[in-house]
Amino acid sequence: MDLLNVSGSPHVHSRESVKKIMWTVVIALLPTFAVSILSFGFDAVKLTLIAVASCLLFEWLIQKFLLKKPCSISDGSAVITGMLLAFNVPSNLPWWIMVIGALVAIGIAKMPFGGLGNNLFNPALVGRVSLLISFPQQMTTWPMPRPWFSHAAVDATTGATPLGMIKTGLAQGKDMGELMNQLPSYAQMLLGEQGGSLGEVAAIAIIIGGLFMLFRKVISWHIPVSFIATAFVFATILHAANPALYIPGSYHILCGGLLLGAVFMATDMVTSPMSGWGKIVFGCGCGLLTIIIRVWGAYPEGVSFAILLMNAVVPLLNKAFPPKRFGVTK
Amino acid sequence: MNQLQNFTKGFIKESPTFVLMLGMCPTLGVTTSAVNGLGMGLATTAVLVLSNIIISCIKSLIPDKVRIPAFIVIIASLVTVVQMCMEAYLPSLYASLGLFIPLIVVNCLILGRAEAFASKNGVWSSFVDGAGMGLGFTFGLTVLGMVRELLGNYAVFGHKLVQGDGILVFVLAPGAFLALGFIVAFINAIRKKA
Repeated sequence: MDLLNVSGSPHVHSRESVKKIMWTVVIALLPTFAVSILSFGFDAVKLTLIAVASCLLFEWLIQKFLLKKPCSISDGSAVITGMLLAFNVPSNLPWWIMVIGALVAIGIAKMPFGGLGNNLFNPALVGRVSLLISFPQQMTTWPMPRPWFSHAAVDATTGATPLGMIKTGLAQGKDMGELMNQLPSYAQMLLGEQGGSLGEVAAIAIIIGGLFMLFRKVISWHIPVSFIATAFVFATILHAANPALYIPGSYHILCGGLLLGAVFMATDMVTSPMSGWGKIVFGCGCGLLTIIIRVWGAYPEGVSFAILLMNAVVPLLNKAFPPKRFGVTK
Repeated sequence: MNQLQNFTKGFIKESPTFVLMLGMCPTLGVTTSAVNGLGMGLATTAVLVLSNIIISCIKSLIPDKVRIPAFIVIIASLVTVVQMCMEAYLPSLYASLGLFIPLIVVNCLILGRAEAFASKNGVWSSFVDGAGMGLGFTFGLTVLGMVRELLGNYAVFGHKLVQGDGILVFVLAPGAFLALGFIVAFINAIRKKA
């Protein structure tokens, strides 16, 4: 029973709180937000503000009038949900679809399960996938980002995402080598010159945000590394087997939402396993499913489906790889 | 329990769809529109009323040990009759309900009422019970179908209210679970208050 004896004061307080963690994530999302403003202009600001405001509003309404619980919107989790949701949609999405997405994220994926800490699935991803299924046309028309600091009209041109171009190109019987010439280069993808959702276009900004969270110990390395490594290895094997059909692994990682998903969404504390090995298995599953859906699935992009599917097995992973309990020896 | 209560219990108090949770397969499968829900509900009601009457008539003849197979044989024959009538007179509804018509045989609601009510009560009570439960089921399916059609297609009984495609997810399978879940939550909230 020694464990239960608490020594006398002074105690060390870790200064960690839910609020602090959540606002750290918000700060980590800011570089991505900045790039999306540079690439998509005012639309990015508008959509993000609408998403954040409606997430906060729905959470407040549900807590105040349906659950009659004390209000917890200042913890910042709804802000993150709103930002991530906005980062997962094309910049020309009508505002009312964004509001529906926020309602699904908060009103279906989060609050009915009991609010922050109890939701099984990542709210932003549930919102995103519902929108993708419900509004397939609006959710897959991608305005091309304009070159930074130019004043050209933003939605002058729409185009496909690199993954969409690959899917349709292969369906038309084109060769992958031929397709690669039309696709954006690695440098363009790093800096955000590709078609795509608000927050997924610039790989470099996501990496900066991820390193910041890692440095502040908000996330651990397990999930992003195992997610990206598995996707890379699996895609590279496919590419080696038949370069005419499959793009290289490095390209898979930089295009689409893989980095955004691996850094910001798979690492959500609530919906990922607790122990290190659990997290690694979780990340491997995400990476494997992502490439499987991208290569053989009906949709060009598979990150959100992969993460949601793996969210569903988190309770099993927690059972299979239980976190080490404090003070217990094997 | 008087016959009026016996009849009305199927609508809210013991609603097969929202309270007893019986017959979930057609409930989730066919309610993509209000008309489909209504058609499925009425077909089930016809089978339920007839099976309740027949089973309560012959309940003393059926040996206890084989009563479930006996019930199923009766229900299956009735479903075949309903299916053929529907194919003959309502071919478009028959086409849209498809596989779910023969599946009425395994609808838990019908077997449940046979086992729980018709095999223990008189013919008249069983008829009222079957009609009430069947119409309650129809009511539940129609409400669910209306909600899904309204959100998924912006239409009520096939009449478009707003142009456009609607929130497609409500016409697809996940929408059935979501809509049902929220209706059940709503009804539970009312029942708790009452």
